[in-house]
Amino acid sequence: MTGILEAIITGLLTGAVYALMASGLTLIFGVMDIINVGQGALVILGAYFSYVLSEYLHIDLFLGLIITMPVMFGLGVLIEWAFIRPLKIDRTMLSILVTFAIALIIEGTLSQIFSTDVVQLHAWYVDASLQIGSFYLGYIYVFGFLLSLVLLGGLYFLLYRTKFGRSVRASMENRTAAELIGIRVERVSAITFGIGMALAAAGGMAFGATTAFNPGTHYDLISRLLAIIILGGMGSLRGALLASLGMLVVENVTAFVWSPIWASTVFFIALIIILLLRPQGLFGQVEGRKQ
Amino acid sequence: MKKYRTTGLLVLLLIIFIAFPLVFSNPAVTTIAVFALIFTVAATGWNIFSGYSGYIALGHAAYFGVGAYTITLLSQAWKVPGGYAPFLLLPLAGIVAGVFAIPLGWIALRTRRHTFVVITVATFFILQLMAYNLKGLTNGSTGLSLPIPDWSGDFFNLPFYYVSFALLLIALAVSWWIRNSKYGLGLLAIRDDEDRALGLGVKTEPFKLIAFVISAFFVGMAGAMYVYFIGSIYPNTAFDALFDIVIALMVFLGGLGTLAGPILGAVILESAQQYFTLQFGASGYYLIIYGVLFLAIILLLPQGIIPTLRKRWLVWTASRGGGGRGSLATTPITPAKKREDTLAIEGKEA
Repeated sequence: MTGILEAIITGLLTGAVYALMASGLTLIFGVMDIINVGQGALVILGAYFSYVLSEYLHIDLFLGLIITMPVMFGLGVLIEWAFIRPLKIDRTMLSILVTFAIALIIEGTLSQIFSTDVVQLHAWYVDASLQIGSFYLGYIYVFGFLLSLVLLGGLYFLLYRTKFGRSVRASMENRTAAELIGIRVERVSAITFGIGMALAAAGGMAFGATTAFNPGTHYDLISRLLAIIILGGMGSLRGALLASLGMLVVENVTAFVWSPIWASTVFFIALIIILLLRPQGLFGQVEGRKQ
Repeated sequence: MKKYRTTGLLVLLLIIFIAFPLVFSNPAVTTIAVFALIFTVAATGWNIFSGYSGYIALGHAAYFGVGAYTITLLSQAWKVPGGYAPFLLLPLAGIVAGVFAIPLGWIALRTRRHTFVVITVATFFILQLMAYNLKGLTNGSTGLSLPIPDWSGDFFNLPFYYVSFALLLIALAVSWWIRNSKYGLGLLAIRDDEDRALGLGVKTEPFKLIAFVISAFFVGMAGAMYVYFIGSIYPNTAFDALFDIVIALMVFLGGLGTLAGPILGAVILESAQQYFTLQFGASGYYLIIYGVLFLAIILLLPQGIIPTLRKRWLVWTASRGGGGRGSLATTPITPAKKREDTLAIEGKEA
């Protein structure tokens, strides 16, 4: 029984980290109407940034985020400007191919620099654990959870309490109308992409500290993130948050009750069952016809 | 006059394809040619669904893998010797892939646009995980081997080449037939406006599912051909995430929804990929070059080679005084052409 409880708690804590990565993805989708399949690779890139800072420059993982998050933000703005904005025809589909190409370039560059050996981030709180009752919980899970809470709270504040947030939400609702009333949708898009990348950097750090990774890990990661945002309903932040927590709990419990090798299969099968009942996801809107 | 010219061109292409491995008999070259041909089959198959219906499926590696495992397991179970016999299993591999596509396609096709794309990716990952985990059947990541033909070095590639070419001709014939049938017209109507097509009496659900299954059939046969040519099978080569996207890129490069586009795209990209692999091995450079190539293609040729060339040709002949057979005024607007126009308009407002 305590085993299941432990699985649920670990699931909730890691789920928050996934929520961090997935919220960037769903935000980008909501504003720009594109699926950034490169999000997984950018998370891994963020993890390697943290790896370099902590291994070679001996900067604390959480402190290092002060450097990596702005850098990734800038990279995101650059990617949006250079590769997404020029797409004028059929951008929904072409953007998938473009962001996948970016993922390949990142994967190739990382495996050239770091080789494909599996690495993991280290710090005192990664290796130490907290004893609660009869089970042990790594400090990193708790710290990662707190980091996610802070950043998601910040994101909520930015979106719902600032003028910029209002223009983001307006662009999510109706791009053309937002442009008509004077919102510079392209700038909003670039900044949104940057925010998505900054969240990916933070998520990557927390991911890399709890899971061993190599440049090829992004395939696995993006498939999970896509499943999460589809389940939550594309473009819904609340949905992404709940779906991350739910999916990771399901996965951890399956791993405990059944076997770790089937855990991610159950994850995808749960997704398909839910979509059969509710094709638009938990909080998504029914996709109407294009005007 | 036009009819003769087209027929002549087709016969010429046929001769080039047939004569190619005899003229360039270097095994290194013919190996690349076999891979390229296998991918033309897969790309043509993929285009039958995604090109005509407008639903972009990014999980067809699932059917590639199912076909691949089918030929492997059947040839083991029935103790099929290496040689020409395994080629007879190709249609079976295609059928099994098609059978898998019925429930998976049915589930995925309940959704549209982005959600559809992601569901197809998810089905791919489920099957890949199964290939890793069902060790009793697939031997897990250790992989399995296929019967090896006892053909000598120089001859070895030729049967693979011609059988793949035959598969391509069949795929192309099916693709051509669909393009010119009432059924294909229904698919194109779904691509342009699904709700309106439904309103006009197109049975959209069975139409989409049938196209999905047909495309899975050809992709499955390509997968079976691919592993038989390679001689061994692993979960990550049969179910390759890269394949999901490469196949889409091949079709986009050549021209989505055209007949010749997928073939052109597959020949260019697959040859390039094989060449890069030979040059750089499995190092990171190969991925970088491939990614950059992707970006260049999408940013410079978003409509694909064939539609772009067609447009250039029309503009060129029109500017030469027009009135001839190629002028804009007299050329009937094909559905594909119309689609480009609507796309251009959508692109502007997006």
